Amino acid sequence: MKLKPETVEIIEKVIPRYPEKRSAVMPLLHRIQEDQGVISNQAIEWVADRLEMAPIRVLEVVTFFPYFRQEKLGKTHVRVCQTLSCALMGAYKVGEELEKALDCKMGTTRADGKVTLEYAECLASCGTGPVVLVDENLYENLKTSELEPLVDEIRKRSEAGEESKERSGD
Amino acid sequence: MAVTEHRILLKYADEPDYSVDIDCYLEKGGYETLKKALTMKPEDIRVEVKNSGLRGRGGAGFPCGVKWHDLVDRKSGKPIYLICNGDESEPGTFKDRQLIHKDPHQLIEGMMISSFANDVQLAFIYIREEMPLGARILEKAIEEAREKGLLGDNIQGSGYSCDIIVHRGAGAYICGEETGLIESLEGKRAYPRMKPPFFPAALGLYNCPTIVNNVETLCNVVHILKMGAEEYTRIGRPKNAGTRIWCVSGHVRKPGYYEVGAVTMGEMLHDLCGGPLPGRQFKAIVPGGGSMKILRADERFKGKDADGNEIEYGLEDIPLDFDGIMAAGSMSGSGGMMVMDDSVDILEALANLTAFYAHESCGQCTPCREGSLWASKITARMCSGDARPGDLDTLYSMVGNIGGRTVCPMGFSTTWPVQSYIDKFRDEIEERARENRCGMGRDERLIQK
Repeated sequence: MKLKPETVEIIEKVIPRYPEKRSAVMPLLHRIQEDQGVISNQAIEWVADRLEMAPIRVLEVVTFFPYFRQEKLGKTHVRVCQTLSCALMGAYKVGEELEKALDCKMGTTRADGKVTLEYAECLASCGTGPVVLVDENLYENLKTSELEPLVDEIRKRSEAGEESKERSGD
Repeated sequence: MAVTEHRILLKYADEPDYSVDIDCYLEKGGYETLKKALTMKPEDIRVEVKNSGLRGRGGAGFPCGVKWHDLVDRKSGKPIYLICNGDESEPGTFKDRQLIHKDPHQLIEGMMISSFANDVQLAFIYIREEMPLGARILEKAIEEAREKGLLGDNIQGSGYSCDIIVHRGAGAYICGEETGLIESLEGKRAYPRMKPPFFPAALGLYNCPTIVNNVETLCNVVHILKMGAEEYTRIGRPKNAGTRIWCVSGHVRKPGYYEVGAVTMGEMLHDLCGGPLPGRQFKAIVPGGGSMKILRADERFKGKDADGNEIEYGLEDIPLDFDGIMAAGSMSGSGGMMVMDDSVDILEALANLTAFYAHESCGQCTPCREGSLWASKITARMCSGDARPGDLDTLYSMVGNIGGRTVCPMGFSTTWPVQSYIDKFRDEIEERARENRCGMGRDERLIQK
């Protein structure tokens, strides 16, 4: 497994901050997923080795948390909150409109690998529902009649070149 | 006179020129309370917090000072840890988002004071994955505070050192349960631990004494110390000291977050949130996050007034605090108030929540893992016109075997909604399941087709 130098640098800094190495398993998995887009078996073994854990213990963590992925996501990850407050304000209609506009079935990654569209459980912004999280950006108070800016943004992100895809600030 | 907000924690949060920058916080007198705290004896700070009556803002409302006092093991030399629980995941709750995104230094100051008061040298903020921006804001704020000598080694020359680690979750609701959170922080699956013996105060992180406090609770510590416990107790009702941040979502004209002292449910819904949407009436309210028991808008409650006389009162008269909502048979929980008007199909609302709790059951205990799934499947088939005879009774009795029969209290998150929705809306649910008509005037769906 080949990690970017900056990922390795962060990982080396993170591990000694914790009183016990094993506690760094989630931060390491986060960094590796950001770097590789997915957590492979190879990555699991790499983390296990690095933190002196049995690989099964790392796998347990990966499979427990919904955010850790063993299958690659589309380039842009779109999450539509479906929990009650958002649902009351029309989240499912927003979801259906996005399915049409993005030509992507809910819960799947589009064939070209550019967009993954999913329903998500409560995104903790219930007062501004319905909300949609596009990668790291939250879109609030959405109405089916005013989805264009959101759809444009998703298209732009999914079509963008490799460089602009990198996350800022990490 | 219409009530207004009483902003203490959110005082600056929405000011146009206010930012997450440390200079902004310092300009408003930020970190002065920490500097004052560092000149005090830690036990005096603990006494002050205990006297303030501050109750935990995460859900159970346990007195913060008692939690700190209960650390059994201050002398053994084991390190003591402080964890800020920022895994805000209870449906309807979004106050951590405001506190972290808009005023991160207030939280950090609260954590540093609480750490000093409890002889903590390493503290953690466990923040949910769905708030990546919040995690970055906190990390930046921590580095700013470190540069100014307000965090890290030898803080302000006091000889006291303490660091904070921001630890990102990965999308699991159960990490809001303190022992599940601790397991996760130890690098394991977030399966909650048995209490006893694993009370965090005794056997917490790495089996060391550990304090787990909610974001809002820790922010309150700053203001308790700033104004003094006595003044703090004058805000709010007796035994419910301080302001609370209520998160109101759903069918009101002005949903949002409101920090208030002593107000009633009616004042919150009408004066602050602007009342029901045009042409609509309130039908029901979930007062403290999705797992809490539902209250009907036309429900009548029995209680006693200050002189001990029996009185009857309505939903809008309920005092909006821990004890007020408890007296009405529900809980104020995390302060997430979900409002439903007469357009809502109550069966679909229930199916939405049972699906959430089925998804979020951690899977450790059979009653919750299987029961939450049953509840979700039965409510879903009732919504789609496939109800079987006796479904409602099966559902009702089955969920009675979840809450209280599991390692952690999250089992109740399925039990309470199901039982209270059926208790209060049985006829409507039966009719809706029989006739399989969708919605009530509005065609909003609340479950996935």
